[in-house]
Amino acid sequence: MNPELINTLSEQELTAIDAELAHVPCKSAAAIDALKIVQEYRGWVSDDSLHAIARHLEMSADELEGIATFYNLVFRRPVGEQVILLCNSVSCWIKGCDKLQRTISRQLGIEMGETTTDKRYTLLPVSCLGDCDHAPAMMIGKTLHHDLTPESIVRLLAGD
Amino acid sequence: MVIINIDGQDYQAREGQNILQACLSLGLNLPYFCWHPAMGSIGACRQCAVVQFQNAEDERGRIVMACMTPVTDGARFSLGGDKASTFRRNIVESLMLNHPHDCPVCAEGGECHLQDMTVMVGHRDRRYRGRKNTHRNQYLGPLIHHEMNRCITCYRCTRYYRDYAGGHDLAAMAAHDHIYFGRHTDGVLENEFAGNLVEVCPTGVFTDKTLVQHYTRKWDLQSAPSVCVGCAVGCNTMPGERYGKLKRIHNRFNAEVNGYFLCDRGRFGAGFVNSPQRLDYAAARNADGSYDAIQPDAALKLAAELLQPDNKLAGIGSPRASLESNFLLQQLVGAGNCSPGFSALDHALIPYTLQLLQQSPARIASLQDIESADAVLVLGEDVTNTAPRIALALRQAVRSRAFELAAELKLEPWQDAAVRNLAQNQRSPLDSYLSAESKLDDIARHCIRCNPEQIADHANAIVSALNGGTADSDSASDIARSLLAARRPLIVSGSGAQSAAVLEAAAAIVNALHRVNPATMISLSVPECNSLGAALLSSDVSPSIAALAERAVKGDIDTLVILENDLTRRCSPQTLALLYDNISNIIALDALDTATVSEAALVLPCATFADSEGTLVSSEGRAQRYFPVISTTLDRQPGWYWLLQLGRAARRDDFAELLHFDAVSAACAAHYGQLAAISAAAPLHDFVSHGLKVPRQPHRYSGRTAMRANVSVQEPRQTQDGESPLAYSMEGLNRDQGGLLPFVWSPGWNSNQAVHKFQSEAGGPLRGGSAGVRLLDETTDSSGSPAAKPGLPETGQWLLVPRYRIFGSDELSVRSEVIAELAGEPLLELNAADAASLGLGQDDALCIEGAAAIAVRINDSLPGGCIGFSAGYEATRSLVAGSRVAVSKAVDWASSRSQIISSDGGSRHV
Amino acid sequence: METPLTRNIAPGKPPTDMGAYEQNGGYQGLRRAMAELSPGDCLQLVQDSNLRGRGGAGFPTGMKWSFVPMEKATPGHKYLICNADEMEPGTFKDRLLMERDPHQLIEGMILAAYTIQADIAYVFIRAEYHTAAARLRQAIADCYAKGYLGENILGSGYRLDMLVHSSAGRYICGEETALISALEGKRANPRAKPPFPQVSGLWGRPTIVNNVETLCNITHIIERGADWFKSLGVGEDAGTKLFGVSGRVKNPGCWELPMGTPIRDIIEGCAGGMEDGYQLRGFLPGGGSTDFLVAQHLDLAMDYNVIGKAGSRMGTGTMIILDDRTCPVGMVKNLMDFFARESCGFCTPCRDGLPWTSQILDDIENGRGCSEDLASLENNIGFIGAMGNTHCALAPGAMEPLQSALKYFREDFERHLSADRCPYGEAN
Ligand SMILES: Cc1cc2nc3c(=O)[nH]c(=O)nc-3n(C[C@H](O)[C@H](O)[C@H](O)COP(=O)(O)O)c2cc1C
Ligand code: SF4
Ligand code: FES
Repeated sequence: MNPELINTLSEQELTAIDAELAHVPCKSAAAIDALKIVQEYRGWVSDDSLHAIARHLEMSADELEGIATFYNLVFRRPVGEQVILLCNSVSCWIKGCDKLQRTISRQLGIEMGETTTDKRYTLLPVSCLGDCDHAPAMMIGKTLHHDLTPESIVRLLAGD
Repeated sequence: MVIINIDGQDYQAREGQNILQACLSLGLNLPYFCWHPAMGSIGACRQCAVVQFQNAEDERGRIVMACMTPVTDGARFSLGGDKASTFRRNIVESLMLNHPHDCPVCAEGGECHLQDMTVMVGHRDRRYRGRKNTHRNQYLGPLIHHEMNRCITCYRCTRYYRDYAGGHDLAAMAAHDHIYFGRHTDGVLENEFAGNLVEVCPTGVFTDKTLVQHYTRKWDLQSAPSVCVGCAVGCNTMPGERYGKLKRIHNRFNAEVNGYFLCDRGRFGAGFVNSPQRLDYAAARNADGSYDAIQPDAALKLAAELLQPDNKLAGIGSPRASLESNFLLQQLVGAGNCSPGFSALDHALIPYTLQLLQQSPARIASLQDIESADAVLVLGEDVTNTAPRIALALRQAVRSRAFELAAELKLEPWQDAAVRNLAQNQRSPLDSYLSAESKLDDIARHCIRCNPEQIADHANAIVSALNGGTADSDSASDIARSLLAARRPLIVSGSGAQSAAVLEAAAAIVNALHRVNPATMISLSVPECNSLGAALLSSDVSPSIAALAERAVKGDIDTLVILENDLTRRCSPQTLALLYDNISNIIALDALDTATVSEAALVLPCATFADSEGTLVSSEGRAQRYFPVISTTLDRQPGWYWLLQLGRAARRDDFAELLHFDAVSAACAAHYGQLAAISAAAPLHDFVSHGLKVPRQPHRYSGRTAMRANVSVQEPRQTQDGESPLAYSMEGLNRDQGGLLPFVWSPGWNSNQAVHKFQSEAGGPLRGGSAGVRLLDETTDSSGSPAAKPGLPETGQWLLVPRYRIFGSDELSVRSEVIAELAGEPLLELNAADAASLGLGQDDALCIEGAAAIAVRINDSLPGGCIGFSAGYEATRSLVAGSRVAVSKAVDWASSRSQIISSDGGSRHV
Repeated sequence: METPLTRNIAPGKPPTDMGAYEQNGGYQGLRRAMAELSPGDCLQLVQDSNLRGRGGAGFPTGMKWSFVPMEKATPGHKYLICNADEMEPGTFKDRLLMERDPHQLIEGMILAAYTIQADIAYVFIRAEYHTAAARLRQAIADCYAKGYLGENILGSGYRLDMLVHSSAGRYICGEETALISALEGKRANPRAKPPFPQVSGLWGRPTIVNNVETLCNITHIIERGADWFKSLGVGEDAGTKLFGVSGRVKNPGCWELPMGTPIRDIIEGCAGGMEDGYQLRGFLPGGGSTDFLVAQHLDLAMDYNVIGKAGSRMGTGTMIILDDRTCPVGMVKNLMDFFARESCGFCTPCRDGLPWTSQILDDIENGRGCSEDLASLENNIGFIGAMGNTHCALAPGAMEPLQSALKYFREDFERHLSADRCPYGEAN
């Protein structure tokens, strides 16, 4: 591995990761936190980032990969600026999340798991968002939207 | 023993086992996947389901995993009932949803645990109509082939690779039915025990790439019990043969030695048997230095002349040749004229190591003992690279702490995940003093890097701490404390550091510890498969090679017989020149072409471990017999056989009565008190079981009649084996033969999991006993001190320390193509500060004493003033461990480099 | 009717901060415990209260805690973990409690930790609950400032640190042993029991995992006593519970009601009954991994044993309504897809059996089913559905809606097969 190719972690990232390290008995225990911290700054976890984190936590990239790919909210591929997490669990399904998905797909030209060509949005399914009394629900970035209709979705995505 | 009830019948079972083990031990066929006797239970595959009833009244019962359920007195189970069988059939059906139907082209076919279990549960018809998941495969290096689509997600691979063998570059990825076992990216698997994946994986995900390239089904492999010649640990192997070629090496279970696992040098390093550099025919040298192949009887006639009674004879034996061969050579030339064939340093060190073992009051640890140690001190021996299987055992030893913690919670040791979760990173102490980093550093508490002399000093500090004195360093007193606190402390050292002081210090620690704890254990490594055997045969009168060279100069040697030894690896070019220039009659016996063979007037082609029999003494002092898996072809003969013929050619009476290998072995045993037990290492050649010899071929061995049909439709008579209790045949029984077990197969169990059918209980020792006899259990009182250290050059300030490589340092294995591919370039290593002082960068090279340049690697784990050299490489042969040398930066390295790399080994072909 | 859990929560009311919480009597239970109660006293109170876990399984909380070794001699950490991974389909109660009244949870956690003498407490919160996590972090900081957390809490000599750990996704993290694996930074595979986490949990140390709502109850039990708590329930079980209703009802939502409240009161009373034009066909009483109940069960009390006897589970107490215009096969398939996707992949019946079952349901729903499929479904229920068949409770939970749907809505499956299409047409 050419050392120049390996990204290094930023000051802020390192500080945040080291803060997590203070609470754990061995470095690799902070793996998930570290992946999330880096993703917070970079949007996703590239191979380079993965190597940098693995080195910092004194674990192998292979082990870290095993952890990263287990969790659905660690993105190992580039995502858009905003990630749309569309709840497709049962209450939202009853209330029409499939239709919402088709609306989003039509409007943005992407299917589940895809990113728009302008890199603005990535559409992903998510487990029940705990907003079932206001189903259907979804998150865009960190914001929860609920009581959605195809019309309100169109407005949301267009106006955003 | 307690009583458990299975399907209405009472059985005795051992408490402490789980129900799966108990069922298998009782001979009941209960399918399983994720369980492994060496790795315990995790309950992932759910294949071993049985129904457990609450009490005598309970008729419904509930499904439990046998592997997760402890044996308890009076417990009642159903194995064969509908509920349990349907469940197990459903499990296989689920596993087969995504499994490709590629058995015909799968290298696992015919020895596939998944195939066996599928048949066992009676799954036949596919109900699933969906698509199969598919995966991309990875390049994992030259040894192991990866085919992920066949995966059944039993987790055995990563549990073995990561948890058991300490590897870091293979992991379970993703989740749900997308789980993938592989590396982050393509690349050579880094762990030196990766090859066991081939046997650990119950299906064809990880297969032996070297076998795949010239593939043979297991049922067509002829196998024999054998012993690995890769190092001195003496792991038991099962080589497989077809069409006269060695196809693969599999593990041969031995509860006291290697258990279920080999190292990759052992598994993949036997390719030299098929090497084009094997010697096929006897050859005589012409005046111009070329060789002509000659008939064996012509060769013996020529030999008779060279061995005439009034000729002054000498011999050089070999630490990689069998006891019997070495013994006959000694008989032929006389003990006082026979060198054991060690290098100059080893000539003092190996007998000294033997002597320490003989004198040691402590038990010499078998691998099984090593695993049971609860405090380990490693002194100067980089076992991962010199005695690899010991490193794997040490990884298990540090888990002793985990098992103690588990016992406090009454957790069974086979509750693998639970025990690991409980202990997390708590380990029994393993401390090491080494001259550089090692692969065991990750499990070590203290890793102290210092040169061999300092190692000895530190060790002596530990001795004084053990004796109640104060140690001069915190680590030494720490180490002394934990050794004293341990129930089964173990000291690991060996001749690897090439330092008598290190060995002496190790023995001193053992002696001090043993006084307070009789359970103290010792393990001393020696380099080659029969180093200890050669030492056992040698004595004070045995000359070193250099001593023979001096005699040669004086004209005291007319004929020199060199047995399976490439002297270029043992002594300096100067010594060699003295030998070669002063002795005109050299008879060389070897299996492979070497630079030494090319100096001989008469060359006799030898068989290898694969086509001969012999006894080797491992570093544990265990004498073990290997048997041929291939009948000898061409004019190749076992070394001992050639030597017998030479003795007869020389009209030696004492050779006349030695008619069989057994007779040679018995003569050797009779001659040396310490070797008296070797005859018991294996049954005699006339042994029969149920009226027949033990078959090398399984019942389903096919196509024997057609194998030579392209040559002649008449089937030749099967080769008769007059020397061993084994037959080149399918006829006979391979049951209960213990150390003689040639292959594992049992009805319904085609895979290697069949081994439990041969064990006294699932996971226990083989019925019929573990292979080999321990020779050194009696303490002998021969007091002595290390033989004089040969004078070491002190021409400069840089201390040379050997750096061993599992792939590259060993003579034979490196002549297997795949091992050569992994061996890499020889290097000189030194730390950054030292490199800077010499003006060296990462891409530079050094010349030592004006010799050819060798690439430099900066390695900060080396102590200052030391230069580590890749031991066993041609380019580093002139370097002597422990000497102090002058060095200079190589000029024009970059431009000369490609040229140097491309120059070949330099040995001339016969 | 008392509603202790939501006393600080009302629609439109801002989230309760330290000031508001204390003003409303907050941290009185903690003060009392630190001043007067030994850990043993607290344990006794919780045991006497008959509190049962609100995370789904309903295990008696006091009994769970009593398994934690209390010998002073064993050195090392002990842990309390709040399970705030709420991801069970149709469950929306813990978020409310954390976002709107974080101090109630923290007080409960301190008391729980004190009882088992834990020195470190974690809130393991699902990744998407950003607001709840932020409010908890703020509240924890306020507690440190007030001396409710940290060294020598309220001068009692007891020390506790509290941390919020935000997850990275995956429903299985809610399973308590998988949660522990996740907290250790590993793949969230569940662990076999025994050993139970109470003895060997996080980092191999004694650990208690409790649901958010369970821990919120502790605050009140310690402050007001076991008898008071028991008196809150109107049926067999003690205390109040957050019940929720989602689906096609007029007024979906979440309410704090006494344990033992009749189901009809919740669905028809609080939730206002079915939306116009929709009829009730059935409901999952406690989240996506409970068995369907139907109209005949409406008068049952929401008590653990009552619902259990009716063939389902209390689960999380948040109900999902199946109406007459929603395809039961489609609904079961949606749930099955969810569980198949969220399987950790450790054990065979779940990893491979759930996708297989999903596949059959997909074929039936899309008119590709065949007559053997119902038998295959029944087979898979027997194969995957029983506790003990799998390594953890995810897969048996996944089979509950299916097995009860086959019981109550079998004709729907058969109509799919005979018509070779979904009779409900396009879902929603
Ligand atoms: C697949 C699965 C998911 C679970 N998810 C949650 C969860 O999100 N929140 C929760 O409190 N309990 C969840 N549980 C239950 C927990 O395992 C555990 O029983 C609970 O946290 C104990 O808390 P309690 O005793 O307070 O109920 C889940 C269980 C399973 C099998
Ligand atoms: S039941 Fe499912 S989630 Fe639970 S351990 Fe098995 S595979 Fe994992
Ligand atoms: S062998 Fe028992 S569950 Fe796998």
